[in-house]
Amino acid sequence: MSSIADPVAGTPRSEATAAAPAAPAIALPVTAERELRLDLFRGLALWLIFIDHLPTNILTWFTIRNYGFSDAAEIFIFISGYTAAFVYGRAMLEAGFVVATARILRRVWQIYVAHVFLFTIFLAEISYVATRFENPLYSEEMGIMDFLKQPDVTIVQALLLRFRPVNMDVLPLYIVLMLFLPIVLWLMKWRPDVSLGLSVLLYALTWQFDWYLTAYPSGFWIFNPFAWQLLFVFGAWCALGGARRMSHILSSPVTLWICVAYLLFSFFVTLTWHIPQLSFLMPKRLEQWMYPITKTDLDVLRFAHFLALAALTVRFLPKSWSGLKSRWLRPLILCGQHSLEIFCLGVFLAFAGHFVLAEIGGGALTHALVSLTGILIMWGVAWVISWYKHSADKGAPKTKSPVINADMAGGSA
Amino acid sequence: MRPRSGAALVLALLAGLAAAGFARAQDAAPQACEVPPYLLSTESTLPKVTEAVKNARPLTVLVVGSRSSTILSSEASAYPAKLQAALKEKLPSIPINLSVELQNGKTAEEVDANIVKLVEAKRPTLVIWQTGTVDAMRSVDPDDFRGALDSGVAALQNAGADVVLVNLQYSPRTETMISAPPYLDNMRVVAQQHNVPLFDRFAIMRHWNDAGDFDLFSTFHGTDMAKRVHACLGRALSKFVLDAARLDQAQQN
Repeated sequence: MSSIADPVAGTPRSEATAAAPAAPAIALPVTAERELRLDLFRGLALWLIFIDHLPTNILTWFTIRNYGFSDAAEIFIFISGYTAAFVYGRAMLEAGFVVATARILRRVWQIYVAHVFLFTIFLAEISYVATRFENPLYSEEMGIMDFLKQPDVTIVQALLLRFRPVNMDVLPLYIVLMLFLPIVLWLMKWRPDVSLGLSVLLYALTWQFDWYLTAYPSGFWIFNPFAWQLLFVFGAWCALGGARRMSHILSSPVTLWICVAYLLFSFFVTLTWHIPQLSFLMPKRLEQWMYPITKTDLDVLRFAHFLALAALTVRFLPKSWSGLKSRWLRPLILCGQHSLEIFCLGVFLAFAGHFVLAEIGGGALTHALVSLTGILIMWGVAWVISWYKHSADKGAPKTKSPVINADMAGGSA
Repeated sequence: MRPRSGAALVLALLAGLAAAGFARAQDAAPQACEVPPYLLSTESTLPKVTEAVKNARPLTVLVVGSRSSTILSSEASAYPAKLQAALKEKLPSIPINLSVELQNGKTAEEVDANIVKLVEAKRPTLVIWQTGTVDAMRSVDPDDFRGALDSGVAALQNAGADVVLVNLQYSPRTETMISAPPYLDNMRVVAQQHNVPLFDRFAIMRHWNDAGDFDLFSTFHGTDMAKRVHACLGRALSKFVLDAARLDQAQQN
């Protein structure tokens, strides 16, 4: 438990300074302190993903996807790329390519096991619903249960990551991205900007030639890894010194106004989706050029929206902001520090929430209550995990070296 | 009227209230399944239907759909039959011929392959194409779905028919298993591109569920609820068609 749970905070200070001179092309930020903003926003992304996976309720109105093009998935993947590069990038500089790759692969294995665990829970839920629910109104939709008739194929396909039920698409994407992380880091060590350029090229080629991964029984991966790698690699690039080199661009007023204008534009466009009465204000030309804004291939409009949000965040929320230490943000930060566990828990709670709502019914209040309860559980579990790490495991024999600690820290990327 | 209620809705949204609740408060609901006006209004028109009715010619309607366009073993209670009844009531002087072509388990692409044949046989004034569910269940590539829809609608229009698209049912029980949004979005896009009215069955049913008219989460096994939902859908669809054909004011006093 503690091994996957260790946050980046576990990073030994001495290593951080020692790493700096060893880096020719990339610069690891020499931080003694944990970057709490990353935890904060990853925690926020986890909460939003959870809420978005539940049926629409009052809390849904607080999720960012209602106010612009991008949503929590972008934040999650970007921060994952950032933290993974931060931790394993250091490992690569200190211990070399082979060791870093070995550690990354161990991490991939953990995520894979987590995915299979979630799939088992999903199967249990589906099987239950399939036998209980026979409303003739939905006889067509219930055909989706047909896969239960051939578990031999379905389960094997699930193990191959080709069969993914709805809402279980993020972890397979994450697994693929992490699998390629050693190569990405190796390239970044050589030439960070060229690596980012290659990533952009792959993204462009994906759009040009319509590359995708197929899924079972038909279709494709909901998150196209060839497109979404851009965010992950961009996160890695930022972690390895890119963010610092961009700082003068980020602080320029021109950037500020472009970001604000773009966010307002996308807010207005989103508004026309929710209030169809407003759609007459949208020029037909613009609509035809813009739509559909695909999430599968990480539409450029979505990516740009994320960039704008990130730029404003970095500008107005400095690393030293005292609020980051406030106890009101503690729940979010705690969740962000144990992201794999809390992400899985969120997916499970979304299943459970659907289930509870289906069984007891209920109106808007119950819906909101289910969301709130889920968030409280996420917070509680995050607290327990960190308690294990800081208190329960303290007495354990000290066999781990600080280096392993640092590795596992990235673990929670 | 429009801008005013639009502004009111913005306020409601900003206050964190559900927009639907506000719309309902505006017009007191006599029926059990009121549909807010914005879900039944469309900018697209149905010129062929308008023309047929104005010239008192018979109106031939063809419903092309999958299994959610019928209720097993009680077809007469399904929404196409209810639509026909409602149209007959609203347009008493005009013969309304309505037929249903069920394409069970077929994706939009498979339906598109023989849609012209279906139309040639019946020569309908209006084709109501209900689709998306099978594609969503099989998670067909949304781009392929859009392409099929696009070519199907174009073929229907070339064959001289007006088209209304009907999207997926709101099915909260299967929400964790079937991902509807990409298919809903693409249907909206195609409707916009071809200037075809889109009957937003998904939003309407969700509205009924949220407003408490129907408990669509219910595990009830009988056909009773299915019949009531279809009756409401048929009525709403008739209003939608007449509105799109700009016939409601003239014919309904």
